[in-house]
Amino acid sequence: MTHAGTPPRRDKSRRDWGRRLVILIPAVWLAVFFLVPCLIVLKISLSQTAIAQPPYVPVLDLAAGWPGLRDFIAGLSLDSYKLIGSDWLYLTSYLRSLSIAALSTFILLLIGYPLAYGIARAPRRLQPFLVMAVFLPFLTAFLIRIYAWINILQREGLLNDMLIALGIVGEPLVWLATDTAVIVGIVYSYLPFMVLPLYASLEKMDESLIEAAADLGAPQWKAFWLITVPLSASGIFAGALLCFIPIAGEFVIPDLLGGSDALMIGQTLWTEFFQNKDWPVASAVAIALLIVLLAPILIYQHVQMRALGDR
Amino acid sequence: MRSRSGIGGMSRFNVTSVALGLAFLYLPIAILVIYSFNASRLVTVWGGWSTRWYVALLHDQAMLEAAWTSLRIAALSATAASVLGTLAAVALVRAGRFRGRTMFSGMVYAPLVMPEVITGLSLLLLFVALDAARGFWTVTIAHTTVTLSFVTVVVQSRLLSFDRSLEEAAMDLGCPPLKTFLTVTLPLIFPAVAAGWMLAFTLSFDDLVIATFSTGPGATTLPMRIYSEVRLGVKPEINAICTIMIAMVAVGVVAASLLAKRGELAKARAA
Repeated sequence: MTHAGTPPRRDKSRRDWGRRLVILIPAVWLAVFFLVPCLIVLKISLSQTAIAQPPYVPVLDLAAGWPGLRDFIAGLSLDSYKLIGSDWLYLTSYLRSLSIAALSTFILLLIGYPLAYGIARAPRRLQPFLVMAVFLPFLTAFLIRIYAWINILQREGLLNDMLIALGIVGEPLVWLATDTAVIVGIVYSYLPFMVLPLYASLEKMDESLIEAAADLGAPQWKAFWLITVPLSASGIFAGALLCFIPIAGEFVIPDLLGGSDALMIGQTLWTEFFQNKDWPVASAVAIALLIVLLAPILIYQHVQMRALGDR
Repeated sequence: MRSRSGIGGMSRFNVTSVALGLAFLYLPIAILVIYSFNASRLVTVWGGWSTRWYVALLHDQAMLEAAWTSLRIAALSATAASVLGTLAAVALVRAGRFRGRTMFSGMVYAPLVMPEVITGLSLLLLFVALDAARGFWTVTIAHTTVTLSFVTVVVQSRLLSFDRSLEEAAMDLGCPPLKTFLTVTLPLIFPAVAAGWMLAFTLSFDDLVIATFSTGPGATTLPMRIYSEVRLGVKPEINAICTIMIAMVAVGVVAASLLAKRGELAKARAA
């Protein structure tokens, strides 16, 4: 490679090529392994179950040319969607997922906000350590953290032992396999995702605004409500969406901590796929979940792009 | 009036909320570590200190094999995700406007929040459509796809925070773009790429849902193995393996922060 002596024209075309490759390599990867799979799910959700390999019809046969494509389109059906639209099992598990996600996100905000606020007001040199302390549990396996709660919440677990020792309850209470356990597990696992965006927005805030409000006689709660909360709105949004969206599709936490009678939609999808081997219905459940979550996902992307100085 | 009577200038309320928050995060982990040294087979009965579950673990061939599989998948997919994720970050920050940019950034950010069951299902259906043999490589590809977005976000914020004029100066002096990237940009963003690699490694090592969908016979990862044991009930061996994983993470984090410290010292000396 020559450096200074390269004619400007060749240099420019080479730069263009480099730029194109930088975009193309990740774009092709994501198209093949993210976009196309989503389209395949859409396609299979419009197919019907069959006892075959793969277990659905129609199968798109590109070798058959146009007639093959016509047969394929004629074979598509909305049966899976009709099923999940008419069976209460699916509707209730969507509603359960959304309400559990909403309630957990709200609790996460209640716990996460004071924590993030406290860290943002801590001495400067302490802040990186406190942020790391919040983030560290996230690095220890997720499964471990859920498992730790089984130890605590089971019938002969530490929580019941403690409550009985303190004389608060007479006999062991049922914690495991309840919605309470699921929400505790979710709040515990997602807390870093709530705290970090909140901290990022609170840390940038100018504290003199609060001081000014106090000097002008505003009560503390009023200054907090009228200044701090609006100024951290972007953090609240980012944190809430970063939690709400994945929680709505959560599988592991309700599976290990929740009861087997009322399922969240992630579990329903899992059961349809792995136990009932009904690929079209599992795909339709996935697409319907995606449609429900589309608005929050788009808002999240908007927030994310703005936060990263992107338009 | 604001009370300034707490520790280090923090109000009492702030100290309390940070302390309670950290206690909530760390108590369950601490309990788990303590009980991994419990001599009793009954998980909740304390039978004295013992390392018997660690010894039992050493003889659990299936668990060790799963751990080895997980380590290899995590290392490979984190490396691939770091390369692809860094390229994507450079494309988003430095390539200016290009056709399909909105689509591109959409594809980069969507996997960050996409529920795992959907990503897992869609990747499996792709592998079935391609008639690919499922196992080690399909899990590696799946993990690369999911984690590269995290690398992109980390590297992107680093790229945005430093001065572009260094790169421009190098290019004005006739340095070709590739060489500029390798000798000017990459050293500057390297801490972020390393952090992204670690994050990707952890996410991959940790993942149950996507691995279960995209794997085939012969490639059982550690979380899959732990999950099938946990479903059968609480076992002291699981406490032991969890403690080992926590220790590994702790060592990794301390090493990484020491490295970062040294890097900052070197930078401070150079300046």
